[in-house]
Amino acid sequence: MSKLMSWVDDRFPATKVWEEHLARYYAPKNFNFWYYFGSLAIVVLVLQILTGIFLTMHYKPDSELAFASVEYIMRDVPWGWLMRYMHSTGASAFFIIVYLHMFRAMLYGSHRNPRELVWLIGCIIYVALMAESFMGYLLPWGNMSYWGAQVIISLFSAIPLVGDGLAEWIRGDFVISDATLNRFFAFHVILVPLVLAALVFLHIVALHKVGSNNPDGIEIKKNKDENGIPVDGIPFHPYYTVKDIVGIVFFLILFSLVLFFLPEFFGIFLEKDNFTPANPLQTPEDIVPLWYFTPYYSILRANTVDFFWVEAKLWGVIFMGLAIVMFFLLPWLDRSPVKSIRYRGIQYKVWLTMFVISFVLLGYLGLKNPNNVDLLLFKNVTWAQILTIIYFLFFLLMPFYSKADKTKLEPERVSFK
Amino acid sequence: MKRLLGMLVVTLFSSVTVAAESGPPLDPVYVNLSDKASLQRGARLFVNYCLSCHSAAYMRYNRMGEDLGISNGVLKENFLFATDKAGDLMISNMPAENAKKWFGVVPPDLTLAAKVRKPDWIYTYLRSFYLDEYTASGWNNTLFENVAMPHVLYGLQGTQRLTGTDSEAKKPEFELVVQGTMTPEEYDNAMRDLTNFMVYLAEPIKLKRHTVGVFVIIFLIILMIPAYLLKKEYWRDIH
Repeated sequence: MSKLMSWVDDRFPATKVWEEHLARYYAPKNFNFWYYFGSLAIVVLVLQILTGIFLTMHYKPDSELAFASVEYIMRDVPWGWLMRYMHSTGASAFFIIVYLHMFRAMLYGSHRNPRELVWLIGCIIYVALMAESFMGYLLPWGNMSYWGAQVIISLFSAIPLVGDGLAEWIRGDFVISDATLNRFFAFHVILVPLVLAALVFLHIVALHKVGSNNPDGIEIKKNKDENGIPVDGIPFHPYYTVKDIVGIVFFLILFSLVLFFLPEFFGIFLEKDNFTPANPLQTPEDIVPLWYFTPYYSILRANTVDFFWVEAKLWGVIFMGLAIVMFFLLPWLDRSPVKSIRYRGIQYKVWLTMFVISFVLLGYLGLKNPNNVDLLLFKNVTWAQILTIIYFLFFLLMPFYSKADKTKLEPERVSFK
Repeated sequence: MKRLLGMLVVTLFSSVTVAAESGPPLDPVYVNLSDKASLQRGARLFVNYCLSCHSAAYMRYNRMGEDLGISNGVLKENFLFATDKAGDLMISNMPAENAKKWFGVVPPDLTLAAKVRKPDWIYTYLRSFYLDEYTASGWNNTLFENVAMPHVLYGLQGTQRLTGTDSEAKKPEFELVVQGTMTPEEYDNAMRDLTNFMVYLAEPIKLKRHTVGVFVIIFLIILMIPAYLLKKEYWRDIH
């Protein structure tokens, strides 16, 4: 066996890679609950790719056949329903996991020096994931698929001069049509998954270069023993592999509860309007994007005023774009001397809480009619405007409050809390 | 933070319940997919009445037979009116152009009707037809005003007239003008069977999905035991 390994190692760095990334990759020993979501994201990515492959075997990317082919998968393909529900539930699970994974970084300052590139690559993954799910959502060719895509793509036409041409170029037609469906299928099953896989690879390479952060936000590499091994580090394998298996099994239990008992999840994961085939002549009552886009959709709709000679719709698109760009800037907006929330002062804690509340409520309002009153007192659109301001202030004021905050002294060694 | 999140959850859910749909109130229907006899009776009604005009174009007769315990012989004799092949999709024989001419609209496919509308809606709709001399078909429906569909089940229910609206419950009140072959109670039960069948029709795997889920989750819980013990064993020297 060792002879075979050395034969391989002479030609391919198998042992080297194994050791660098698993057996001798030293991770801080104090990872808590929040550190499960990285490995879970990979599990769900693999799950989506595998179930997706099976779905493509029977799915027909043709506007005449697509809807029926999904029902064919649900009824006539053995276990097709399981593949389809795993894929549709997996999409939502992916976003839940990614949002929690990102929130972890904001809790413990994982985006800070020296991990800016890890964070930036992660942000690109997030954007790629949004593109992936947006295009995937058109494929069942239900009426909400159709109108959702119609609305989102028409946003591009708000861009001056090139907008209309751009929207047409994306659709391949004047409206969402068979041409759009075919290209979205190509992007959804080939282009974006390839990009995602490459980005995830880069994300991990960048992470393993600088090493993982931890709930204390201190660098374990500063404190090494005589062999050059961090005192507070433990090899990823076996310690975190066995720990992550527990997390994965626990996740799969929750995942199965939704998958087998609530696959539609009260009409949020699979919407009732999507059980009707796409119909260009019949607009659904409320066009609502998928739940994981609704915070941005709320920000888009919160822009109701034309100003600076620019119409409201374009401001909506600009602010929606900026809302995502803000995440990219985070490593440079944060100027606190400490990384972890454990040692930060009250200001960051309050702002982060307000940000989470605004993000969740914007998401909720994105599912509702802007002119109704679903929260207290004001119309939904008014609330969306207030929350949009909080959302942006969290980022834009960060250089000031993070610096002014009264921080506590970071410990020398990591702690278990 | 936790308290804030808790408050948030409460406000979210309370507003979800408030945001109920408008329109006449729906009569609740008891859906029970393990009641095979009810599903079979519903299937009978569906192929005899609905399938004359509506299709269930994503569903096959033999799948229905298998799931509902209807033998091939019985299926051929009592269910295959539009085709002679049990493996065929349940497609109506009525040509779409004629339907458009006769009713003004092509009757929608009913395979997924129970997903698009709630079961309560279907149950209430099927019991809310009344005579209306002002419509083309001579029928109207309190739940779906000026619907193009005539009351095809009037032979069973009889014909009813709209007498007014109960001011308290905001429910329409009907009066039976001509007795049908069923008593009102029998008709309600029949419509419950039909609704039950349509819930099955919208997702045949629902019959087995829960059972599979129970086994998968039991397996995962058992798997959790060695996974947890393994983790504990390895981490003994860290803590």
